[in-house]
Amino acid sequence: MENITDIENYLKEHENKDMLRFLTCGSVDDGKSTLIGRLLYDSKMIFDDQLASAESESKKYGTTGEKIDMALLVDGLQSEREQGITIDVAYRFFATENRKFIIADTPGHEQYTRNMVTGASTADVAIILIDARKGILTQTRRHSFIVSLLGIEHVIVAINKMDLVEYSEETFNEISKAYGELATELGIKNTYYMPVSALDGDNVVDKSTNMPWFKEKPLLSLLDTMQLETSDYQLVTNFRFPVQYVNRPNLNFRGFCGTITAGSVKVGDEITILPSGKTTTVKSIVNAGDITEVDREVTTQEAYASMAITLTTQEEVDISRGDMIVHTASLPRVSNSLKVMLVWMDEKPMDTQRTYDMKVATTVVSGVFEHINYRVDVNTYKRTKVETLELNDIASCKMLLTRPIAADSYKTNKQTGSFIVVDRVSNNTVGAGMIVDVSKRESENIREENIFNIWNDKKQIIHNNNEKYIKFRERDILFLSVGQNIGYEQYGKGDEFLRPVLVYKKFNSRTFLGIPLSSKEKSGSYYFSFNYTKDTISTANFSQMKTFDIKRVKYRSGYIKAPEFEKLSKKLIKLLEITP
Amino acid sequence: MQLTKEKLTHLKQLEAESIHILREVAAEFSNPVMMYSVGKDSSVMLHLAMKAFAPAKLPFPLLHVDTLWKFKEMIEFRDKRASDLGFELIVHSNQEGIDMDISPFEHGSKVHTDIMKTQALKQALNSGGYDAVIGGARRDEEKSRAKERIFSFRDKHHRWDPKNQRAELWNVYNTAITKGESVRVFPISNWTELDIWQYIYLENIEIPSLYFASEQEVVEYEGTKIRVDDDRIPEELSKTAKKEMVRFRTLGCYPLTGAINSTATTLPEIIKEMLLSTSSEREGRLIDKDQEGAMELKKIEGYF
Repeated sequence: MENITDIENYLKEHENKDMLRFLTCGSVDDGKSTLIGRLLYDSKMIFDDQLASAESESKKYGTTGEKIDMALLVDGLQSEREQGITIDVAYRFFATENRKFIIADTPGHEQYTRNMVTGASTADVAIILIDARKGILTQTRRHSFIVSLLGIEHVIVAINKMDLVEYSEETFNEISKAYGELATELGIKNTYYMPVSALDGDNVVDKSTNMPWFKEKPLLSLLDTMQLETSDYQLVTNFRFPVQYVNRPNLNFRGFCGTITAGSVKVGDEITILPSGKTTTVKSIVNAGDITEVDREVTTQEAYASMAITLTTQEEVDISRGDMIVHTASLPRVSNSLKVMLVWMDEKPMDTQRTYDMKVATTVVSGVFEHINYRVDVNTYKRTKVETLELNDIASCKMLLTRPIAADSYKTNKQTGSFIVVDRVSNNTVGAGMIVDVSKRESENIREENIFNIWNDKKQIIHNNNEKYIKFRERDILFLSVGQNIGYEQYGKGDEFLRPVLVYKKFNSRTFLGIPLSSKEKSGSYYFSFNYTKDTISTANFSQMKTFDIKRVKYRSGYIKAPEFEKLSKKLIKLLEITP
Repeated sequence: MQLTKEKLTHLKQLEAESIHILREVAAEFSNPVMMYSVGKDSSVMLHLAMKAFAPAKLPFPLLHVDTLWKFKEMIEFRDKRASDLGFELIVHSNQEGIDMDISPFEHGSKVHTDIMKTQALKQALNSGGYDAVIGGARRDEEKSRAKERIFSFRDKHHRWDPKNQRAELWNVYNTAITKGESVRVFPISNWTELDIWQYIYLENIEIPSLYFASEQEVVEYEGTKIRVDDDRIPEELSKTAKKEMVRFRTLGCYPLTGAINSTATTLPEIIKEMLLSTSSEREGRLIDKDQEGAMELKKIEGYF
């Protein structure tokens, strides 16, 4: 910045900067605030007098002895300074020649999960800090989970305090490899690894001379040049325009204001207004950014995502705040029944009996979380069945609204796929939600309609269950979670979707060819009825035969006697022989 | 967030975000008001609001809390903008303060700011019954502002509780309040000082002449240079007045606003000077130096 000779040129270049928002995850011990302080300081954006004030405060609260405590540059509120922890989301700004950066600086402790979720909601990139001496910790797993939950596709893993492990390449490689596995597990698409020492500035802004083995760019250069265009939701071209405000200055003008969340729109496009379903065409588009003091009626032919615009329509149709305008050719689903991931943010637990207000884009609609499918442990990713949600809990829920809304999944559109939950009494923001699926139909009774989805969730819990498997052999009868399937396939009963299955052929210690049993006696070439417990008849249904995994087994209930098994076997072989 | 030929520059993204926030206020509140301090940030906010609601006029009035110690040029500029752009302007001063003859020279900046600014603001907000108050604060200005929400809840006494702020996610803003409570809204939270100047340059936004260097009568006062604006300045000070080329980086009450020596008479020159400067914007503003954590305390009490 010292060589600004031609300021007009400089301004021209800087007009074309883009913007990148990133999140920093880690706790005080990882040197997170120090890293941010270092980025701001080394990129010369911390002005001298702010630095002077940090110097005087270092003596009071500082923990770094003679060195300036970088963390004091960024820890905002006085109470936090005294406690030495970052308790809220703070936003920091700096810029390079290419980009303006907005940092969401969030606390790392588990009790501040909601703050991290808040910071992550607007971030394009996450920096996850790992202490090189400690490697991947529980908190790393937690931070990574939240990052993937909020749909951040680019993760920079900053392995910090390299100075304390003698700048060891081996340590760096080990941690990188371990994190790679975690990223795969979570489906994080793009990971970048960076050995740094925030305290001394190694690989933060300038390349470290202590780690010549690291050939990649330092952190700031990476942030400055990384391409974000590959993410999925950017590829979504379906036009989505939540109506924010109706502008009607006089009888001749009726404009619908809002911000385009995805896609683009042209004059003459056929549009549908949701949830009403009425159709019309676009008459004119005003890009608010183009308005000047002199020309307050300037229009444009086409507008794109992120632009704040005002649309007018060819026909006078009833459109109000909360409606969504879309292209008639690409309609989103409209329903009052949605499957969501919910983050609970209030001290008062979530109550499935209570009605909350949901703000989805520009709509406010009341509804209930009728059913909690499962809660996810942010540290272990284990799914458990719970009846209520406490502060910081994250869970898959069924949301039932009092009227249908147009919505997308969070994966395809962060703006039309997200919502906040507002308590109708305290007015607090008590939860944040991400839409997983919008049901095809509207629903009166959520339970009947979504048994299949409940089973799918159950299946994932079973999949993640790592208890010891029972030993089994052929002729055993095992009760296992057969599940809920579509059409005429077999299904199980009760909460566990259970059914008895006969082990017909054991393939290995994990899998076997099994024949589901029912308690009804049936005759014909597809069935074989027999007794294995007193007074009850069991019927093996050959048409439902398939391979099962031992993970699904709940318990062993008995076995079929050898002579009976031989008869069954003969009947089955005969059945299979008939097939042409 | 888009797939287009036209990638929005950072200024266009900030502009769109601010317009979105302004429209959200107009749509969700029944009686909003926009604070107008006549400075460069207020000028940018006014410009953004004029864009957000075009071709209509502004759907809310502008409120200026006049401490009666503002620079002359500010008041002239304010009135000219109101008549040029046709917005509704409300000006409020604290009558009690006027009766007490409150003066920053005599009572100090702390008392003056409390009575003529904080108390005056509360009076204006109470009498107007506003449920949303739009302000021009930026998160890069001061450390406690870095943590403030864009829609920042205030209780019945206009107080801010920094430890109990509502979570704010994506661009979905919680606007729910009950009667008597209000929300302070900061549409330019994510702008930096450089962004503001670049935008003023790019959009050719009118700002008061005091931002540009000119020859002014200044005196040394409490470690900074202040301008001799009228004869309320103590005589022992005005005696020492001398003419210098100066400009102001922020505008407020003239006895509390430090001038800097400068030759920058155009926007590019101002921006160049800003980029090369070694002290942050608030250096010229005396009120933050009262005590450590001063701004945080003022905000809790109801000051922006």
